[in-house]
Amino acid sequence: MRLEPIEHPSVARSLTPPILAIFTTIIIASLLAMIAGGNPFAVLGLIIEGAVGSQFAVLETLNRATPLIFTGLAVAVAFRAKFWNIGAEAQLYAGALMTVVLGAGTLPWPSFVLLPVLALAAILSGALVLLIPAILKTRFGVDEVVTTLLFNFIFLLFISMLLEGPLKDPMGMGWPKSPRVLPEARLPRIVEGLRLHWGFGLALISAVVIWLIQTRSVLGYEIRAVGLNRKAAAFAGIPINLVLVKTALISGGLAALAGFSEVAGVKASLTLDLSPGFGYTGIIVAMLALLNPLGVIVAAIFVAGIFVGADSMSRAAGVPTYLADIMLATALLLMVLAIMLTRFRIIRE
Amino acid sequence: MEILDILLSASFWAAAIRIASPLIFATLGELICERAGVLNLGIEGIMVAGAFSGWMAVYSGTDLWMGVTVALLVGMIFGALHSVLTVPFGLSQHVVGLGVTLLATSSTYYAYRLALPDVTTPPKIAPFQPMEIPVFVDIPVLGPALFAQTPLTYLAFTLVVVVSLILYRTPLGLAVRAAGENPAAVAAQGLSVTGIRMAAVTVGSGLMAVGGAFLTMSAFDSFFFEMVNGRGWICIALVVFGSWRPGKALLGAILFAAFEALQIRVQQTSLGANIPYQIFLMMPYILSILALVAMSRRAAVPAALMVPFQKGAR
Repeated sequence: MRLEPIEHPSVARSLTPPILAIFTTIIIASLLAMIAGGNPFAVLGLIIEGAVGSQFAVLETLNRATPLIFTGLAVAVAFRAKFWNIGAEAQLYAGALMTVVLGAGTLPWPSFVLLPVLALAAILSGALVLLIPAILKTRFGVDEVVTTLLFNFIFLLFISMLLEGPLKDPMGMGWPKSPRVLPEARLPRIVEGLRLHWGFGLALISAVVIWLIQTRSVLGYEIRAVGLNRKAAAFAGIPINLVLVKTALISGGLAALAGFSEVAGVKASLTLDLSPGFGYTGIIVAMLALLNPLGVIVAAIFVAGIFVGADSMSRAAGVPTYLADIMLATALLLMVLAIMLTRFRIIRE
Repeated sequence: MEILDILLSASFWAAAIRIASPLIFATLGELICERAGVLNLGIEGIMVAGAFSGWMAVYSGTDLWMGVTVALLVGMIFGALHSVLTVPFGLSQHVVGLGVTLLATSSTYYAYRLALPDVTTPPKIAPFQPMEIPVFVDIPVLGPALFAQTPLTYLAFTLVVVVSLILYRTPLGLAVRAAGENPAAVAAQGLSVTGIRMAAVTVGSGLMAVGGAFLTMSAFDSFFFEMVNGRGWICIALVVFGSWRPGKALLGAILFAAFEALQIRVQQTSLGANIPYQIFLMMPYILSILALVAMSRRAAVPAALMVPFQKGAR
């Protein structure tokens, strides 16, 4: 077989493969639910109900989507330049660490000063964490996939060391947990009485800003050029390494905001289970969004909905929550395939 | 002086060889994939799947070698999936690899929960036992270190030789290497680049899964979540460190494992007691990064690694 590019794909050609991908994912999930002894319709119904079935569920989904928008953006920005940042998890923890270190009493400032300072400090820390792999790549040609992956492990151990040492909460009854941040360092709710904090607002704003950078700025153009064809970009006089470093700084900063928002908006302190893999899930979010910053918002809410829905489904139907992870991994693989099939036709030989 | 004593003891080297064994399997697997031109980031998840499926098979009543075979087959299934998406369809090897890791890991955890719904501590199996090789085991230091290991370790070392011979001494190996260096030349010979690459990824993934199975069936006797713990990513670094050659990759894996065994022992000395244990746990990952930096200048990367091939396209 071989693949032949389609010059002007028809509407049917552009829509059929993605729709088929979604259906196949649902069918696979149903089969797995049946293996676990659940009724597939009931299981899927429970997931949807758990995700959007009540005001509480919707807010829970949006809360869960918040860190995913940040990590999804981080991945989307980096992947656009074909800079493979798989280290959003480490950058998230860097941002969370900064928020706790500066927000738990070091800076006794009022909220309207403290919160922006914390956010900026978080961005800086995340950018710095990704700067190391970026420099290793541009200076030594070391593949960033492996270094960013390995940094996730190193950084989590570093956090664990701090939580059992200098950052340990004396009131924590022996748990490896940091002290709580000041009340001034907490993100307020968007609407009083509803459990949705301003981290979500910040995530939406970030998405729009990144979209503007990508579509309306020289840097955005350069990032795309570097991602599409590095040789051609270099020939056109674009400083590849500089663009890659800038991309890395933006990407690391975005992922770190996820950590800032989780600490300042939800948890108030830092523990080792702050992130159940938000950094890795960001990859799925970014790919489902086709690396479009505005699409990241939709994809993050969708992915968060599956997780939140699967949690409540699991309690009700007894099907393991890992069903959600399988669904998302399947959706990721099928979606990349489907997108390719919208632009190429398969020719048998 | 304590460190010198450690380095001269047979038990230290025996531990190093034991720690190296799963890395050897998985590194060989990754090496085969990359030599044919495909980066396989599914390695981490495939090792998880292999660790679980081999152990589960034995727990369900098959014998140990059957368990290894089950792990091999499970790895090959995930490898086949990876290869279909990346080779004929030419999709991004980064994205597909990570997707396969996520899929293999989550389906393993799902299967674990289904198979053992109510357990808090996973059950144990009777793992592979050390098998002393007569005469050789009596060589001082080297004997007890190398020749009192489990059969799976002997298999790992044998495979290094076998893979080397196949890669460098057979037409098949030449075809695999050429598919990773100059696929157009392979196609010009009338061979199928697609077929060679898909077979290499499938077989390589099988070996990764056996590496995972070593953890549950030889190093330990039970399956835990997160027991692979980044070993897959370390193996990717080891392939680079070994310049894509099986022999050098073996040396890299042993060197790496020796450091790991050393840090475990130093932790227990008076020197190590004052250092946070996390520093020691970080060492393997830091070491991998340093190895990558050290080797970056003389990288012998297969020329067509991560370059999809389409017959007739230019």
